[in-house]
Amino acid sequence: MASGETALACLRGAVKSYGALRALDGIDLELHRGELLALLGPNGAGKTTAISLLLGLVRADAGEVRLFGMDPQRIEARRGIGVMLQDAQLPATLRVGELIRLTASYYPSPRSVAESAELAGVADLLQRPYGKLSGGQQRRVQFALALCGNPRLLFLDEPTVGMDIEARQKLWSAIRTLVADGVSIVLTTHYLEEAEALADRVCVMAGGKVVSEGSVQALRARIALKRVWCATRLPLAEVAAWPEVADARLDGERLCLSTEHVEALVRRLLAHDAQLSALEVRAAGLAEAFTELTRDDVVAALQEAA
Amino acid sequence: MNATAANGVPAMPRSRVFNAYLQETRSEVVRYLRNPGFMVPMLAFSTVFYVMFGIVLNHGNAEAQRYLLASYAVFGVMGPGLFGFGVSLGAERENGLLTLKRALPMPPLAYLLGKMAMAMLMAAIVMALLLSLGLFVAHVPLSVAQVAAMFATGVFGVLPFCALGLLVGTLVKGQGAPGMVNLVYLPMAFLSGLWLPLAMLPKVLGGIAPVWPSYHLNALMQAAAGMRHGGVAMHLLALAGFTAAFLLPAARRLRRHG
Repeated sequence: MASGETALACLRGAVKSYGALRALDGIDLELHRGELLALLGPNGAGKTTAISLLLGLVRADAGEVRLFGMDPQRIEARRGIGVMLQDAQLPATLRVGELIRLTASYYPSPRSVAESAELAGVADLLQRPYGKLSGGQQRRVQFALALCGNPRLLFLDEPTVGMDIEARQKLWSAIRTLVADGVSIVLTTHYLEEAEALADRVCVMAGGKVVSEGSVQALRARIALKRVWCATRLPLAEVAAWPEVADARLDGERLCLSTEHVEALVRRLLAHDAQLSALEVRAAGLAEAFTELTRDDVVAALQEAA
Repeated sequence: MNATAANGVPAMPRSRVFNAYLQETRSEVVRYLRNPGFMVPMLAFSTVFYVMFGIVLNHGNAEAQRYLLASYAVFGVMGPGLFGFGVSLGAERENGLLTLKRALPMPPLAYLLGKMAMAMLMAAIVMALLLSLGLFVAHVPLSVAQVAAMFATGVFGVLPFCALGLLVGTLVKGQGAPGMVNLVYLPMAFLSGLWLPLAMLPKVLGGIAPVWPSYHLNALMQAAAGMRHGGVAMHLLALAGFTAAFLLPAARRLRRHG
């Protein structure tokens, strides 16, 4: 029970294959009390499989899966969680209020229908049949269903897909309210700004593995790097040793350098090589850095380093 | 302190578990009662058939009238079981609703009991419609006890077909399910003598009729209507056996695949 003391949910060395496809390749993941953990990664990275294991929807081929210190297939464990899945089609003819009442009935001490609807911003939709709602409204109702059981741990799988900007902001603020109340949240997303806006900890997945894990600040630092390309007679090894250079490699004819101090680096480059040409400086945007982070060879390198 | 309490997830009082079953059943019933696309065909199928073949085209004696009412009643109650389970489970396995329910702390049997209650309610409506037509339009001579026995046979007779529907629903997903259910429903109804008496079918078909569960329900329904029969117990046993034979593989598939 050593982990049960600190982790609400955890995966340890979890492996899951679907036929020949290894969806999860031995990942470790811990969720602590009161934190919001964002699982980030491209489609097929294994996010949904990781969530499915924690929800008890599938069994791991190997490794350990714990929810509140129990097997998640036990209903007692799942009474502490709320769930919002990516594509669950709810009964179209039931009214929003009826759906909330039904879902709340599964839990030992749920929120009232009114409170759940208020929190999720669907108080004005209670009498409407679910099938008559817009896509964004349906997502909000699904969020209401996730929180109506008064759970201590919420799983939100791509919660803001299909929402407009305003709806997304509202959902984010509701999520912040819940976290402030001490609810822990596992959020999967492929929007970086969503992870940035909400998460205490970000876990980047690719190819069934965790390729980077840390605070948002740490992730941001990683991706605050800028890239400098140039054609130069300076040898790669020499440039790579400069203190400003975080990473150096050959990109065709040119050097490609990563740095946090781009001005200093460019100044030094020009000072050492007056003939330097084809200079190009580019900021690694969040999306770009993220793509970089989950590129196959980078993933391999990170795994070697780990 | 057990693990549940230590981890701070409150225990679920029994009354709340019961309430969860109740809510699930209520939702399942309400959602289909509001869906005419699901309700109307199921009710219309057997009543229209009965009116055409059992009333308009039938000029037989009292015996034939009772036979036809009973056999169309069986045809009628097979539908809610097969469609209510097969089609809705097939659809919900595909559209993610079942996955969500499995992730939620829904009591595992609530889902099936809700659908079962819905199928029994539909069977009751089918029986009420057919019995009313039989009594008030066709003037089938039936005693009150016979009417009550037929009604009860219909309401409980839906259960083996719920089990069969459940099995079909675990095998076929989404759009494929309605076709598959019809492929089971219509031939089975024909082959067990629900449309035409077995005596009018080729001998070999009449001979193998006991392999269909609907044959046994028909025998029970005929007995309830006061027709001669060869012992109720054997047919009850056969239906119980079919139910178990459908449920076991279905339960195994559901547990494994969801």
